[in-house]
Amino acid sequence: MEVLIYLVPMALLLGLSGLAAFMWSLKSGQYDDVQGAAVRVLSDDDVRK
Amino acid sequence: MTEALDLSIFVKRQDDGTSHLDLAIEGIDCAACIDEIEGGLCRLPGIVDARLNYTNHRLAVEWRDGTLSPAQVVDEVQRLGYRAHPFRSRLVEEEETRRAQWLLKCLAVAGFASMNIMLLAVSVWSGNVTDITPETRDFFHWLAALIALPAVAYAGQPFFQSAMNALRNRRTNMDVPIVIGVLLALTVSVAETINSAEHTYFDSVVMLLFFLLCGRYLDQAMRRKTRAVASNLASFRAEVAHRVEDNGEVVLVPTAALKAGDRVLVRPGERIAVDGLVISGSSELDESLVTGETAHRAVRADSHVYAGSMNFNGTLTLLVTAAGKGTLLDEVERLLENAAAAKSRYVRLADRVAKVYAPVVHTAAAVTALTWIANGSSVHDALITAIAVLIITCPCALALAVPVVQVVASGALFRAGVFLNTGDVFERLAKVDTIVFDKTGTLTLPTMSVINARDIEPALLEAASRLALSSHHPLAAAVAQIGQDRRPYDDVIEEPGRGVRAIVDGREMRLGSPTFCDAVFLAQKATSDAPNASVIAFSWADKQAALLVRQALRPDAVAVVADLRERGFDCRILSGDRPEAVAPIARALDIASWRGGCKPADKIEALDALKAEGRRVLMVGDGLNDAPALAAAHVSLSPISAADLTQAHADAVFLGDRLKPVQDTIEISRRAHRLMRQNLSIALVYNLIAVPLAFLGYVTPLVAALAMSGSSTIVTLNALRARGRTPAMPQAKPIPSRVVPAAQGA
Repeated sequence: MEVLIYLVPMALLLGLSGLAAFMWSLKSGQYDDVQGAAVRVLSDDDVRK
Repeated sequence: MTEALDLSIFVKRQDDGTSHLDLAIEGIDCAACIDEIEGGLCRLPGIVDARLNYTNHRLAVEWRDGTLSPAQVVDEVQRLGYRAHPFRSRLVEEEETRRAQWLLKCLAVAGFASMNIMLLAVSVWSGNVTDITPETRDFFHWLAALIALPAVAYAGQPFFQSAMNALRNRRTNMDVPIVIGVLLALTVSVAETINSAEHTYFDSVVMLLFFLLCGRYLDQAMRRKTRAVASNLASFRAEVAHRVEDNGEVVLVPTAALKAGDRVLVRPGERIAVDGLVISGSSELDESLVTGETAHRAVRADSHVYAGSMNFNGTLTLLVTAAGKGTLLDEVERLLENAAAAKSRYVRLADRVAKVYAPVVHTAAAVTALTWIANGSSVHDALITAIAVLIITCPCALALAVPVVQVVASGALFRAGVFLNTGDVFERLAKVDTIVFDKTGTLTLPTMSVINARDIEPALLEAASRLALSSHHPLAAAVAQIGQDRRPYDDVIEEPGRGVRAIVDGREMRLGSPTFCDAVFLAQKATSDAPNASVIAFSWADKQAALLVRQALRPDAVAVVADLRERGFDCRILSGDRPEAVAPIARALDIASWRGGCKPADKIEALDALKAEGRRVLMVGDGLNDAPALAAAHVSLSPISAADLTQAHADAVFLGDRLKPVQDTIEISRRAHRLMRQNLSIALVYNLIAVPLAFLGYVTPLVAALAMSGSSTIVTLNALRARGRTPAMPQAKPIPSRVVPAAQGA
C-alpha cells in the first residue's frame, strides 16, 4: 500500500491543475459569451486579415 | 435623423491611445450577424477591435483616438442593418457580474473538493467492511481534512456572509442552520480524525456546499440574464434631447449627458426627456405617461414640465431642473418612501420556514445528546449522534426547495416576455385576489391609433397615411401607421400649428386641424359620437374626412379581463384620467368598480381600503403617478413603456402590446408557488424520516451522503415542472402594429 503515498498526492495534483485551468478560463473571460462561443466555431474567417 | 448625435459621453478613453464604446445592438437573430457586424466594422479605418457578445447582444468597439467619431460607428452599424444604442453598463449590473463570477469560483472549488473527498470517502467506506488498515484510514481522513478545511473556508463564504448579516440584524435565515451544521460537522470530523475513529463527515460537508452553491449560482444567473435584457431594452429607449449651447448652437445629445441648468429645445412631436421649467414658448402637452390624464395641458413660460410628456404643437425652451423639483414629483417621492417601507415588512416563505426550522433542529440535536447521556452512553457518543442529527437535517433540500423553483419559473416568465425585478414575486403573486388596473397606457396602448378607420374610404385613408409620414405631430403618427405604402410624398410643406399639405397629381392634399382642411362640420359630427377622441382632418381636392384618434385598448384586453374575472379575480380600474374618459373603457371591459380622476395619494388610499378588507392586490400601472401605488400594492406589474421610476418600483415588467403577460404571470406564479410548497413538504417528509434514524444512531456518513443527494435531486426534479407549457415569447420590440380598434373600446 506504500504506492498510495505518491499516487494519492499525484491524483490531487491532477485535480488541482484542473481547478487551476478552470479558474484561468473564468478569469480570461471565456464564460462571458457562452452562446457566442458556440456559434463562432462555425465561422471560418476568424483569422483577421 | 440627419443631425449627428454627440455620443462623446459614452466613450471611454483608454491609456493606450484608444477609445472604447459599448453598444447594445437591436436586431441580432442569427450567428451570421456576428461576422457581419464585426467584419463590417473592422473595415472602417481606425478600428482596433470590434467584438460582439452574442449572449447579451452587446458590442464593444475600440478605435484609435481621433480617427473616428462614435456617431460614425453607430451609423456604420445602422448601415449594416442593425440598430445600435450607446450603452453604459450600470453599477448594479457590474456588481452582479462580479458576484456571479465569485459564486462560480466557489462552486468550482466545492466541486473539486467534493469529488476528491468522495474518492477518499468511498475507499474508506468499502475498506471499513473489508480489510482497510487503521493507518491507511487515518491517512485518508487526514487527506480529506487537508482538502475540506481550505475548500470550506473558501467556498463557504457566501453562506458565512449571509448568515452573519442575518444575525447582525437579529434575524435568522436558512443560512444560519447551514453554517452551524457545516462548522459543527467539520469540528467533529477533525476531532474524530485526531482520535483515528472510523467515521468522518468531510464528504457530507463539501457535498452540501456544492449542492447549495449550484442553487445559488443558477438563481444568480437567471437574475443576471433578466437584468441584462432589461438594461438593453432601457438603452433602446434611451432618449436624446436638443441642448442649446451657450453660443446659441443646438446640439443633439443623449439625455444622460444633460445636467441641471442646461437649456433644452423641445420641438413639436417630441417627447420631453427631462424635468424642467419652461423659459420660452407655449404649447400643449400630453402628460398621459405622467398623470394618466389624456386631455392636453397648456403650458407657457414658468410652467413646470415632467419627463415623459409629449409636446404637441409649439416649440419650447426648457431649463433643466434636477429631478424631484416639481410638485408632482415631490408628492410621488414622499408617497414612495412610505409605501416602500410598508412593503419591506413582507417575510419570504423561505425565511418564514427558516425561522421555525432552525430552533426545531437545534432543539432536536440537544434533545438527542441529552437522551443518549441519560441512557448511559459516553459524552463522546452522545455528541457524535447529536452532530449526525444536525448534519442530516442540514437544510440542503430545504434551501434548494424555493430557489430552484424560482429559477425555473422565472425562466418560464422570461420566455413569456416578463422580467422580474424581485425574487419573491411568485409567493406574493400566487396570493393575489384583486387586480387593479391603471387605464392610460396599461389597459390602453401607450400609442395613439385611429378608431374610425373602417368608416373612411380606403383610398382616402391610404393617401392620408402617406401624407402623415411627413408630419411630426403625434396625432399624425397614429394616422401614418394605417397605410401600407410607407413612401412619403415629395415636396410636403408643414405649417406649424396647422398641418401638412402637398400637391399630389395636380390636386392639393391637406392633413391637419379641421379648419386647415375645411372640414369643421365633418369634424364636429365625428366627435359628437366619440367626445374623448382627438380629431385630425384630411382633405384631397373636394373630398374630406375626419379621423378620430385616441388610445385604443390593448388588442386582447377584453379577453384577458373576462378570463381573469371568470377565474374569480376582482378586476378594478383606478385612473388618473377624467371619469368621462374612464367610463367607456370600464364599459367595454365590463368592469363595474372603477374610479377616475385619482391623484397618486387617492390611489394609495383606495389600495389601503382594499387591503383593510383583507384583499391582496395586484396593481398594474405605467404612469409616474402610479409609482407609489405600485410600491404600496401587495405586488405590481408594469408594461415596458412605463416611466422609468415606475418600472423601478414594479415587481415585474412585461413586454409587448398585449395584456396576456399579466395572465401568464399569475398562472406561472401560482404553479411556482404550488411547487415551492410541495418541495418544502418533500424536504420536511425527508426530515421526518431521517431525524428519527439519526436520533437512534443509525446514520453513518454513507447514509448521510445518500440521503442528502437523494433529497436534493428529488426537489430539483420536482422544480423542473415549473416550466410547464409556456407561451411563445412576444417579439422583443413592440411593433406599433395597426391595432384593430377593439370594439370601439378606448
